[in-house]
Amino acid sequence: MSDTPVLELRNVTKTYQVKQGMFATPKPLKAVNDVSLKIGRGEVLGLVGESGCGKSTLAKILLGLEQPTEGQVLVDGKEIGAQNRSELARRIQPIFQDPYSSLNPRKSIYDIISLPLRVHNVGDSASQEKAVREILDIVGLPARVMNTYPSQMSGGQRQRVAIARALIMKPEIVICDEPTSALDVSVQSQILNLLGELRREFGLTYLFISHNLAVVEHLANRVAVMYLGRIVEEASVEGLFDRRRHPYSDALLQSVLTPDPGMGVPDTHLGAAYPNPIDPPKGCHFHPRCAKAMPQCSQAAPLTVPTEDGRVECHLYGAQAPTA
Amino acid sequence: MTDTPILSVRNLTIDIPVGGGTLHAVRGIDFDLNRGETLCIVGESGSGKSLTSLALMGLLGKKISRRADRMEFDGIDLMKTSQRGMRKLRGLRMSMIFQEPMTSLNPAYTIGDQLAEALLLHKKVSREQARARAVELLEKVGITAAKSRLSQYPHQLSGGLRQRVMIAMALMCEPELIIADEPTTALDVTIQAQILRLLVDLQKELGMAMILITHDLGVVARVADKVAVMYAGELVETGPAADVFGAPAHPYTRGLLRCIPVPGKTERGAELGTIPGIVPSLVGEVSGCPFRTRCDHAVDACRQPIPLREQQAGRHSFRCVHPDGRAASPQEVPA
Ligand SMILES: Nc1ncnc2c1ncn2[C@@H]1O[C@H](COP(=O)(O)OP(=O)(O)OP(=O)(O)O)[C@@H](O)[C@H]1O
Ligand SMILES: Nc1ncnc2c1ncn2[C@@H]1O[C@H](COP(=O)(O)OP(=O)(O)OP(=O)(O)O)[C@@H](O)[C@H]1O
Ligand code: SF4
Ligand code: SF4
Ligand SMILES: [Mg+2]
Ligand SMILES: [Mg+2]
Repeated sequence: MSDTPVLELRNVTKTYQVKQGMFATPKPLKAVNDVSLKIGRGEVLGLVGESGCGKSTLAKILLGLEQPTEGQVLVDGKEIGAQNRSELARRIQPIFQDPYSSLNPRKSIYDIISLPLRVHNVGDSASQEKAVREILDIVGLPARVMNTYPSQMSGGQRQRVAIARALIMKPEIVICDEPTSALDVSVQSQILNLLGELRREFGLTYLFISHNLAVVEHLANRVAVMYLGRIVEEASVEGLFDRRRHPYSDALLQSVLTPDPGMGVPDTHLGAAYPNPIDPPKGCHFHPRCAKAMPQCSQAAPLTVPTEDGRVECHLYGAQAPTA
Repeated sequence: MTDTPILSVRNLTIDIPVGGGTLHAVRGIDFDLNRGETLCIVGESGSGKSLTSLALMGLLGKKISRRADRMEFDGIDLMKTSQRGMRKLRGLRMSMIFQEPMTSLNPAYTIGDQLAEALLLHKKVSREQARARAVELLEKVGITAAKSRLSQYPHQLSGGLRQRVMIAMALMCEPELIIADEPTTALDVTIQAQILRLLVDLQKELGMAMILITHDLGVVARVADKVAVMYAGELVETGPAADVFGAPAHPYTRGLLRCIPVPGKTERGAELGTIPGIVPSLVGEVSGCPFRTRCDHAVDACRQPIPLREQQAGRHSFRCVHPDGRAASPQEVPA
């Protein structure tokens, strides 16, 4: 692996101005709050965290669909803003959650998959057709589906079409935002196998966003845990799943329901005090729900502390840690 | 168990007229549910799980036809109960939590009014008592500052909060049977665990029977006493959770269990099991085993009527031509 990360975020913040009432003055909402991340070539970075914590916003920034309010996004060490937009679109492609609404129902599968080629004027129609045939083969669809429409396909087939569309430009980085959560488990496993295969075969790099932690554990090699716009822990997949540090990571992993009958539903010890992102709790954003909160947690925000294979942001660790 | 089941269903069949003919969406389902017991229905999207629960609640659309040899709730024949009788039963003794919370919350009324109404309609209580009960239940489902929520409208709540309100609403009358259709699918895993715990606790506390519909095998394993696996409108396997997970008999059930990565068991990054192929169309005549287009054990006999195989004195049963759910020369990779 080369030293320059293929994708890097440096102190990226995205602030939305949101109104809470019709005549209220807008207030800032930090959907992404000073996030720094690196993804090496060929890595799968899993991004987890509860609904509304900023995962999709982060994905949109990486795809150039949203501009960061502050901070920089770098691809191969070069800042994104400085690069040609279409060049970037070629290198970073998305796969979204819903294979039902993300495909235009009036376009044939051929039109859908070849669209990026036509938009970017890649090759003539003969070479475009060849490319579509190749990519269909790679994602495991028969060539005859080219002339069919999304409504005639199953959920898994549609998600394969979405993957084919993302891969036809031969991107280096694929941003997957909940790529299998709308699918049956019998179909989910096919897509996960396919993503794994494509990574091994083409050295693809993924940012993989999912609520399903078992799936993240299966596919990712690094994991970042997000809470209210901040990355509160980042580690290798073993580091996180076998030795998590942050209390929120712990609650998250506690709530994974493995298919073991008779074990009952675990107690996450998480309070129900859902935070308001417009007015986040002072100090550590997580303190009102944290079972391990200490007096300083409601006073000062914890610093980022490096760990053996990542980092954590919590008063329990580092120089600030309580000496017991 | 000797007590008579609170819910008993035999040969439930649901047909829907569609453009090209009749969709045989649910075909001959049998199950029993005892008081205080949880049945989880799991299965492929479109296999008829929601229709089955709507049929039990008497909420199928007018065009949809429902037949059954028996469909009894505490000895009451649901097939013969009038619309009015069903409405009464629904509020008072059986209630439902829907897949999409917005379908059962009225955007024009406050949370407090909707919760109170659920009780006022069916029980002789004052408005104050009804509101007090609403606050009590909102607190139970983990909503902080419950009193102040009463004056809020559904759209002012997050998805997770709405789902909790739905659960509180379903519990207002302390029903004897609760049917929850994917109650946690749209929620975060942490909230999912909290809500499931709550449902299980309340169910034990109130002695309710529960039918929980879900895609999530983890949820099933942790919550179910009994499991029913549906495929293309049929119940292909039913049994106690420990048996269905420990010794799955139907090839589809075994296939499903191989598809999911299991933390601590499945090697990270290893190839997962798959069930290639798609669900058959259920429009027009349906015969034989509906799983045969995807089954590694299929033989010619799978086109004929499929026998029901019973194990453990009928507690665990499945439908397959093979007595043990496997062909003599299996092509299936072991789990
Ligand atoms: N265009 C927007 N305008 C205002 N606020 C927004 C906008 N987009 C997102 N937000 C807010 O930013 C926060 C982060 O949203 P985001 O969609 O990134 O969350 P997420 O982690 O992807 O959640 P989920 O798991 O539910 O998909 C939320 O509080 C959301 O309401
Ligand atoms: N009102 C209706 N009109 C026509 N077809 C319907 C209707 N309701 C359901 N169906 C069809 O009946 C079948 C069973 O639907 P049902 O909603 O019970 O599935 P399900 O098992 O709940 O699926 P999911 O897991 O996706 O919720 C599906 O093929 C569905 O398309
Ligand atoms: S800083 Fe304090 S409140 Fe925040 S996670 Fe750590 S222990 Fe909990
Ligand atoms: S072996 Fe035949 S009857 Fe048994 S599940 Fe397979 S297709 Fe159905
Ligand atoms: Mg999102
Ligand atoms: Mg359903």
